[in-house]
Amino acid sequence: MRREAVVTGIGVVAPGAVGAAAFWEMLTAGRTATRAITLFDASGFRSRIAAEVDFLPAAHGLDEEQVARMDRYVQFAAVATREALADSALPLADVSPWRVGVSMGTAVGGTTRLEKEYVAVSRGGADWVVDHSAVSPHLHRALTPSVLSGEVAELVGARGQVRTVSTGCTSGLDAVGYAAQAIEDGLADVVVAGASESPISPIAMACFDAIKATSDSNDDPEHASRPFDRDRNGFVMGEGAAVLVLEEASAARRRGARIRCRVAGFANHGNAFHMTGLRREGTEMARAVTSALDQARRPATDVDYVNAHGSGTVQNDRHETDAVKRSLGEHAWRVPMTSIKSMVGHSLGAIGSIELAACVLAMDTGVVPPTANLSTPDPECDLDYVPVTAREQRTDVVLSVGSGFGGFQSAVVLDRGE
Amino acid sequence: MTMVITGLGTVSPAGVGTDSYWKALVEGRTLIAPIPDFDTDGFHVRLGGKVPAFDPHEHIEGRFIVQTDAFSWFAMVAADEALRDSGISAEGDPYATGVLMCSCAGGVEFGQREIAALWSEGPERVSPYQSIAWFYAASTGQVSIRNGLKGMCGVLVTDEPGMLDALGQSERALRRGTSSMLVGGSEAPLGSPFSLACQVGAGLLSGSDEPSSAYVPFTEGASGYVPAEGAAVALVEDAAGARARGARPRAVVAGHASTFGGVGEFDPGGAGLLHAARQAMDRAGVGPDGVDVVFADAVGTPKADADESAVLRQLFPEGVAVTAPKTGFGRAYAGAGALDVAAAVLSLEHQVIPPTPHVFDAPCGLDLVVRVPRAAPLRTALVLSRGSGGGNSAVVLKHPDHA
Repeated sequence: MRREAVVTGIGVVAPGAVGAAAFWEMLTAGRTATRAITLFDASGFRSRIAAEVDFLPAAHGLDEEQVARMDRYVQFAAVATREALADSALPLADVSPWRVGVSMGTAVGGTTRLEKEYVAVSRGGADWVVDHSAVSPHLHRALTPSVLSGEVAELVGARGQVRTVSTGCTSGLDAVGYAAQAIEDGLADVVVAGASESPISPIAMACFDAIKATSDSNDDPEHASRPFDRDRNGFVMGEGAAVLVLEEASAARRRGARIRCRVAGFANHGNAFHMTGLRREGTEMARAVTSALDQARRPATDVDYVNAHGSGTVQNDRHETDAVKRSLGEHAWRVPMTSIKSMVGHSLGAIGSIELAACVLAMDTGVVPPTANLSTPDPECDLDYVPVTAREQRTDVVLSVGSGFGGFQSAVVLDRGE
Repeated sequence: MTMVITGLGTVSPAGVGTDSYWKALVEGRTLIAPIPDFDTDGFHVRLGGKVPAFDPHEHIEGRFIVQTDAFSWFAMVAADEALRDSGISAEGDPYATGVLMCSCAGGVEFGQREIAALWSEGPERVSPYQSIAWFYAASTGQVSIRNGLKGMCGVLVTDEPGMLDALGQSERALRRGTSSMLVGGSEAPLGSPFSLACQVGAGLLSGSDEPSSAYVPFTEGASGYVPAEGAAVALVEDAAGARARGARPRAVVAGHASTFGGVGEFDPGGAGLLHAARQAMDRAGVGPDGVDVVFADAVGTPKADADESAVLRQLFPEGVAVTAPKTGFGRAYAGAGALDVAAAVLSLEHQVIPPTPHVFDAPCGLDLVVRVPRAAPLRTALVLSRGSGGGNSAVVLKHPDHA
């Protein structure tokens, strides 16, 4: 029998909401968490808004040593991992640690901390060669984001295949897709998968300022993230984490786990076109969608809900709209397609996993989260984006898509199994 | 499915290309030298394995150079050689070939430069390419774009073992319809003093000024490793596909496994490395007597070396030839495992085990190949790699005639 991966637990740390329940309440209420940046003084920057997590590590169970050791993005992941493990009720002691893996995505890893430390030891960027003895002895942990999957593995007690996936803004989908593949191909029985990011820093804001990819609606941050709206003007930076517990389906059934959904299909492609630009036609994203549906053995007409990348840049939302039409055909006009980035912003590598958590919750509750701030549709984006207000609807098959710098185009299909 | 390597490319401290790399390995040359990139006076790390006289303009179009850090230059150039060698191109079906490049530090020199510009001159002075040059995915993206490759594209960050894990992930992709994968590891840490300063705290970098004794794993003089830069890229595909298009397999990737040993340490005790090696050998269908040479991880710290020696003794109670040619040029982070895989492929092809430069006596009861290369009938090579982030990986490569 074909091995399959199922989701048995989720954990979320999102702007405006720590914990899956609070996250879902916020999304279905259509509330936005975008605001003026408080994490650093952003005056002088073009874009001064972001979706920030109000995160008190001690309140979320992290001790002092953990806080000192872990970067903010690793702390997010640790908290989301704990929630996901508890949610799954998986008795880890019954599973060989060699059969437990970790697959965590992040686009920029510890760069926020690297910047902070470099500035501190270089007289504000004046010195190229820095005093190595002035640098924190833990900084090698910030240099490489392998530490993200490593710290999650320590929490879980995993000793199997442990890896960080860093395909830019599709990392959060790819990390879960790779995890499902590892279970399907017999390399692991349990994989804790997800993604985390804390990119709200001067250098990250500056590098997106430089190419005008982010919104400069600084006077109205709550309404700045406007996917598919005619007046959208870029994405709003976000941060956060989500973690999913994936198990081999038959083992999960045997232990009586509450199976939330199956990871039924996954594909990613490069567009081989441009690091930041997209061809309008969306051929490569469409190909990823078709391939993911084929793996799930489902026709396009089975899809009940599309969780969009919907970043709110002019080119992305048109590219994606065309890609979904190309892959789902006439059905594209019948299926709701929404962007939660309208509420939680775009947390780069983390958002794909946060969106998958939202998909699981949509299947759990029979509610499709809305696209907030969509008041004047872009005539070139003419699908059903569920503007402003959530919609009750039974959902059995979800498609989630992502697109990122580097040309990456990813698609994941979740369903209730065959 | 049998996965074979049909193309190979390297950029190493021996220069551009696998020919110069293999020649330096067999000769056991010393490629460790003072770091020329910045004034190292008073800096903890003064030696490195630098790619010599590398001018990107000789190899890469200007529009790609301006957008990228050296770690992506090395990946692009090594990918060119691997593609040429394999005879694969995007003509035909662009979706047939995917790209998966590993790095553990990304575009650190580019990144440091732009952070310096931001803080000393202001946000408007930051390069429009910062968002695509620094991040870990830069090399996969640029290699995909430059060669028109649209297959399954990915990026893994598992530190030194990256390339070994990319070979494992390639098997997932080939099983799901991608015909071939271009996979590699690349790193360029020497141009960024700050990235080296970050590493100093881990206590693994050698502070020596003497190239011939700075990186001597498995010896009493072991004092850490010398950082290096470079890349290796392989084109892998299904053996049946290679046969159908008349391509010559250079090696068979017979088995891969990876395990986790704990954050911030090289797998204390070695249980994880042992488990990974046993799994990879099981998957390859070889026992201890079937392995003819081991390319050791050779970290160069007493504890990590002792753990690896113990693992090798447990795996091979009757002994096995072991080598660590990287002692001639240093550890290139995600390029390290990649260059070891390339060395193993070349070794199987030439039926010669390159020596472990600067180590003069076989220590710890290991049959370490020292001083001179050793000619031997080689059917199978085992490559071991540990990451400072806790990963342990093993790959078994077979000579195509003995697969």
